[in-house]
Amino acid sequence: MDVKQLQDKANLMRRYVIQMLEKAGSGHPGGSLSSADIVTCLFFKVMRHRPDEPEWPDRDRFHLSKGHCCPIVYAALAECGYFPKDELNHLRKLGALLQGHPDVHIPGISVASGSLGQGLSVALGMALAARLDKRDYRVYCVMGDGEIQEGNIWEAAMGCAHYKLDNVCAVLDYNGFQIDGRVEEVMGIEPIVDKWKAFGWNVIFIDGHDIAQILKAFKDAAGFKGKPTIIIAKTIKGKNVSFMENVVDFHGRAPTKEEAEIALKELADGK
Amino acid sequence: MANEMMYQRDVYGKTLVELGKEDNDIVVLDADLSGSTRTSFFAEEFPERFFNFGVAEQSMMASAAGIASCGKTVFASTFAMFATGRAWDQVRNSICYSRLNVKIVATHAGVTVGPDGATHQALEDIALMRVIPNMTVIVPCDGPQTRDAVIAAAKIKGPVYIRLGRSKVPTIEGKGHFLLGRPEVLRQGKDVLIIACGLMTHFACEAHQVLLSEGIGAAVVNIHTIKPLDNSFIEKLDKETKGIVVCEEHSVIGGLGCAVEEITAGYGLGIPVMRVGVKNCFGQSGEPNDLLKEYNLQAADIIKMAKQVLK
Repeated sequence: MDVKQLQDKANLMRRYVIQMLEKAGSGHPGGSLSSADIVTCLFFKVMRHRPDEPEWPDRDRFHLSKGHCCPIVYAALAECGYFPKDELNHLRKLGALLQGHPDVHIPGISVASGSLGQGLSVALGMALAARLDKRDYRVYCVMGDGEIQEGNIWEAAMGCAHYKLDNVCAVLDYNGFQIDGRVEEVMGIEPIVDKWKAFGWNVIFIDGHDIAQILKAFKDAAGFKGKPTIIIAKTIKGKNVSFMENVVDFHGRAPTKEEAEIALKELADGK
Repeated sequence: MANEMMYQRDVYGKTLVELGKEDNDIVVLDADLSGSTRTSFFAEEFPERFFNFGVAEQSMMASAAGIASCGKTVFASTFAMFATGRAWDQVRNSICYSRLNVKIVATHAGVTVGPDGATHQALEDIALMRVIPNMTVIVPCDGPQTRDAVIAAAKIKGPVYIRLGRSKVPTIEGKGHFLLGRPEVLRQGKDVLIIACGLMTHFACEAHQVLLSEGIGAAVVNIHTIKPLDNSFIEKLDKETKGIVVCEEHSVIGGLGCAVEEITAGYGLGIPVMRVGVKNCFGQSGEPNDLLKEYNLQAADIIKMAKQVLK
């Protein structure tokens, strides 16, 4: 897929997110839309994986540490064919495959997430296992910016650098908002590049909506040896839906039917 | 009767090495306490399969989930306080909810930690682990049972918590073959049933002896597998048995005592259950034996409780 096709795919994924959340009546659109381009690049271009063999031992691992943004991942998994697309219509409903946060019954998910701060350590573990088994898969871990206020993230940051896990590629979806407001007002995380550098990481700062930059960052990360890489992706919360962009309310509120219609139209027009 | 004294953690360390030789997929993690937990034995033998996380228990547990998700059998060790307290969310959400093959073997549980005092004496860990779905909880009573439990844990799929102490414990003679989940009758008696786990099992056997000399028949049952808990001991309860005494080096809230009461109350047996355990308080510094006396965790306390339940 080329850049344009990936852009279109990302917007298609965004439309799935809006549809799923409107049907579900709850969930987290803001961070799903901000990470849509990153997740799309990973699933449709960057990662080595087999949707018809979710447990393929040599697959690249993907772990969504910010588990509440699972709608975008569910959309990608369904589009890839991990499970029927109809499952997207039942998100968050009693007895549904697609739980409110990722769990291991879902093909393509190997460790649950949602309780924030644990994912980078999970990725660390997967990367150690790769080393033990002499497998060359890479481990991708998407984190939220509010999430890195969790202490466990920094334990993991230390651990990945200590073990020189250059097969780990973390992505920080730096959209600047968390539930209670602007990240810098709730609990500031800056200077974020310096922090990760100080923890021994290779840091790449990009525009998280520029497909070419995203692809280049993943390529550079794969070529960087001796240190784990973090791609700090500056993004816009609610990206590509005008009334959701940078609106904190849409961190954790599903669109109404009317809002969804407008959002879907915008996303179709934007294509 | 002289019983051989052993450190359960020595046995754990040696058993890990045994397992490591048989199975290349055994991976061991520790959080800067490998000398104390004895995972250092494994680290010396298989350095490439041992990972120290530093003082970062939360990261260790979440990473254990990550490693296990790639097909490994992961043993993660630290003190019981930190394994179950500090990292509870990681144990619940990353390990147990995902039903991953992680064996948490925690040492330094209970007041017999000794001089380190209350901050390091986990008295709530059985409760904390027992309440999590998918978790198996084992509290071995001595050295040989520790070996059996560790081997059994390695053989089953899914998360297991094994609770060990810091101090040497006497080996209990005459135990039968260890079966995960199966309580074992160690002594016969019809008047009162004494149930015990861990170190308290030895004191329960001592109490049996004293009570016998006074004409009281006290059965002693060792429940090493606290979860899942086998109900059959209730079904087999002798009609003449007038009460149950449950003994554990743990808070009386949430541990084995509560687990037994959940069954007796659930069956509507109306049989009194009394608990020898730490009574809703923190420990303190002191020598292990002095602490056992201070917190009423000795054979004498079991005897007293048994007589009370018979009144």
